Amino acid sequence: MESTSHNNHLIAGNIRDRIHKNARQIGIKKWDLGASYSNDSSVQIDKGTAKQLRSSQRSSITIRVWNEQGLVGITSTSDLSDSGLNKALRGAEQASDFGNASESPDFSPLAKAQLPTIDRPLINSQGINKLFSIIKDAEQELLGKHNAINNVPYNGISESNSERLYLNSDGAIRHQRRTNACLYLYARAEEAGRKPRSSGSVRLAYGSQRLDITGCIEEAARKTISHLNYAPITTGKYLVCFTPEAFLDLLGAFSSLFNARAILDGVSLSSKDSIGNQISVPFLNLNDNGLHKDNHGATSFDGEGSPTCNLSLIRNGKIQNFLHSEATARAFGVKPTGHAGLGAKVSVGPDWFEISKSDEVDSYSKALSHTTYNEEFVLIQNLNALHAGVKSSQGSFSLPFDGWIVKGQEKISIEAATVAGDIKNVLNNILNVEAEKISTTQGVSPHIWVENLSITGEA
Amino acid sequence: MEITEFNKNLKTLLEGLIYRGRSAGADLIEIFLENTDHLSVIAEQDNITNVSPSFSKGAGIRVFLGQRDGFVSTNDISEEGLRHALDQALAMLGLIINPLAKTKFNGLNPLNDFATSKLDWLGNSPRLDKVTSRLIEGTSQLKKTGNHIQVRKASYSRSWQEVLIAASDGTFGHDIRLHQSMGLSILAADGLHRSSIGRRYGSSGKTDHLNSWDIEKCSHDVCESSGKMLYADYIEAGQMPTVLANRFGGVIFHEACGHLLETTQIERGTSPFADKLDKYIAHPAVTAIDEGKSDGAFGSLTMDDEGMEPHETILIKDGILKSFLSDRAGELRTGHPRTGSGRRQSHTFAAASRMRNTYIAPGKFTPEELINSTEYGLYAKSMGGGSVGPTGQFNFSVEEGYLIKDGKLTKPVKGATLIGEASDVLPRISMCANDLDLAAGYCGSISGSINVTVGQPHIKVDSITIGGR
Repeated sequence: MESTSHNNHLIAGNIRDRIHKNARQIGIKKWDLGASYSNDSSVQIDKGTAKQLRSSQRSSITIRVWNEQGLVGITSTSDLSDSGLNKALRGAEQASDFGNASESPDFSPLAKAQLPTIDRPLINSQGINKLFSIIKDAEQELLGKHNAINNVPYNGISESNSERLYLNSDGAIRHQRRTNACLYLYARAEEAGRKPRSSGSVRLAYGSQRLDITGCIEEAARKTISHLNYAPITTGKYLVCFTPEAFLDLLGAFSSLFNARAILDGVSLSSKDSIGNQISVPFLNLNDNGLHKDNHGATSFDGEGSPTCNLSLIRNGKIQNFLHSEATARAFGVKPTGHAGLGAKVSVGPDWFEISKSDEVDSYSKALSHTTYNEEFVLIQNLNALHAGVKSSQGSFSLPFDGWIVKGQEKISIEAATVAGDIKNVLNNILNVEAEKISTTQGVSPHIWVENLSITGEA
Repeated sequence: MEITEFNKNLKTLLEGLIYRGRSAGADLIEIFLENTDHLSVIAEQDNITNVSPSFSKGAGIRVFLGQRDGFVSTNDISEEGLRHALDQALAMLGLIINPLAKTKFNGLNPLNDFATSKLDWLGNSPRLDKVTSRLIEGTSQLKKTGNHIQVRKASYSRSWQEVLIAASDGTFGHDIRLHQSMGLSILAADGLHRSSIGRRYGSSGKTDHLNSWDIEKCSHDVCESSGKMLYADYIEAGQMPTVLANRFGGVIFHEACGHLLETTQIERGTSPFADKLDKYIAHPAVTAIDEGKSDGAFGSLTMDDEGMEPHETILIKDGILKSFLSDRAGELRTGHPRTGSGRRQSHTFAAASRMRNTYIAPGKFTPEELINSTEYGLYAKSMGGGSVGPTGQFNFSVEEGYLIKDGKLTKPVKGATLIGEASDVLPRISMCANDLDLAAGYCGSISGSINVTVGQPHIKVDSITIGGR
């Protein structure tokens, strides 16, 4: 059953009034805050038995205050009681003594601007027993897909309802509720005398009733089975086709290219003057579109209350915009873009990348298609260990991956290998951006072809 | 009524809750109460750019029925909030409150209070003005020491945690933990050449750690490494012998082997070592230990997050697998006895078997002998991060590396990644030097991010795949 009758746990007026009262007592005139509440349930299973059933109720609040000198301090707490809020305000006031005079954040000029409409359903929880039943059946079905699949060691199903709130002493009020569900299944398969192989699948939805369970099982089985026939790859340079998931992961790891905070901090490969520069082949477009219909985590406002928007980052290979908070936008002389966190030093990050082929410029090799190309290439399914193998400030990466050597429609899984390169070279060595855009859990992208990438195998 | 202090006066309340759970038919009830006070501070260039204090209270309640368990966490630690969380956990397992049921629960033991001598730790931690001045001292020192520095950064983190743990087996423990870490990092740039290097130091229970931090030495170390790596060439990929430096080099053993010796992995069926107890899994040169007792080490504990005092656990002795790391659930599900290794990031996670201070024991060689014995190979002086896949393959980036030619260190190389599987690589560790050293780090896994120590002497791996260009 679907419903929109969820109760608010974060009552904006109540929190605003209590903060006002406590702030006045302490002598704080200017403040803002971000608060969140979530209620989550999840189940993991092991061969038909619920391994762990989990539930949590979490609340948190981050309060920023400005002192008489205009310096900012913050404090975070899980304690939303009057005494907790009072302690947080006092903590933030003390921290403001050490605020950064050379760059102090302010309220976003868009904190009271009209928000985009995000039409997402709120779906009632089915409860933990139903989750258990779903994942128990899913595990059994996945195990039955192939004799070699003997275990589903990483699995889980969860559902959550959550709320976010942004308030400031200037009267801004932002509030959003959402419900989400997630199913992931990672199978392990092993054939006699061969190494174990593993792969999996993830599905997101607004409620567990809407999870594509069959699709998740089928994809996990298909991918796992496709890695049973494996062989080592010879170290060398290869023509590579990235799946949408893999390319989104790679580009996401180098999002500092478009991050105004990183540019101001000197840790981006871009500079303030990079707008208009050719950063990639001219047939690549990239938007950050947190409002995309397939983005299950869509929010209508960022940590500073600025509206989320669809922002062009690359058009025909040229940089169009950067991602901004209030402070970085002020430094660049532009408007905030809705990509801020909340802090004394505000972080900036992307929402949801949407990669596409330019309508105006043709690819160099339009014939390259991962479904029809007959010569040898490497198809990278997913990249691993991005936290360790990416040096975003240097532009280099060296990442293990799962994938296949493909030739004449025959796919042989690669036993173990890493792919290494430089992100700017990758963006300029793209041969084709396929036409079909595919939605993933992280964004939207077609398959992307790149030439001359270094791959190290154990052969 | 909100619980404001963690002490023996909560015994009656906790016993009532546990009795309630046991009378519903639960085999075991565990209640974990937590109170935290954290601080993180960052200095960039010559400014303090971020001061982030945070505090929190919460509870995690775990109920076992047979080998299944239900876990509920909440920020509401009033008596009513705890009862509600307990009832939720019981309901997950299909258990219904039955006040009339006869149940066996002998009450909690007298409080095992490890916190008594630690009550002043939070008050004696460095004040904010002291922290900020030390960090500015750090970034100033980097400016003085280094060349081509584009970004200078110093950071400090203090994590204070008070826990009270009660369980239906009588466990009743109270402890206070204090972890501090601090470090320097830089990004150097010259034209298209770039290098980024950082060093971090951590301790537990040492209120004066920030004062004793040798900023000048740390700065020199960071700048020297950065200078050498700034113009380094990319390494050519291939198989080659590798000498791994001591200290943070131990991260490979931690990730590639240590995790596979946790009962969490045995339960999942993802450890290749599950049936290798008392068998050779490594070269006879290798002895490896995990313990929680080293004074002041980042991974040390007085009691684990299930109220048990930590053991020194010999994992591998002369190449033979001797023990696994086990927690309450691990003992229940795999039969391997608990080792005081039940750990969690916070009340929002159920405890799991996790490493503490994990290291390869020293051998008989000098570090120079390892390098001299290598005709052509890689010297990995400093490691970056890494990970292990679900079937045991690991990969680690080398932050600072040098080519070895004819037994001597030659030019610096960048872009190297070490790739392999623990079961293949452990037998190839043929030499261990005599210079064991430890390094603090954070480990993320099933029960969240926890403080750990990794370590080793210099070791030589006879052959390993190096990813490069």
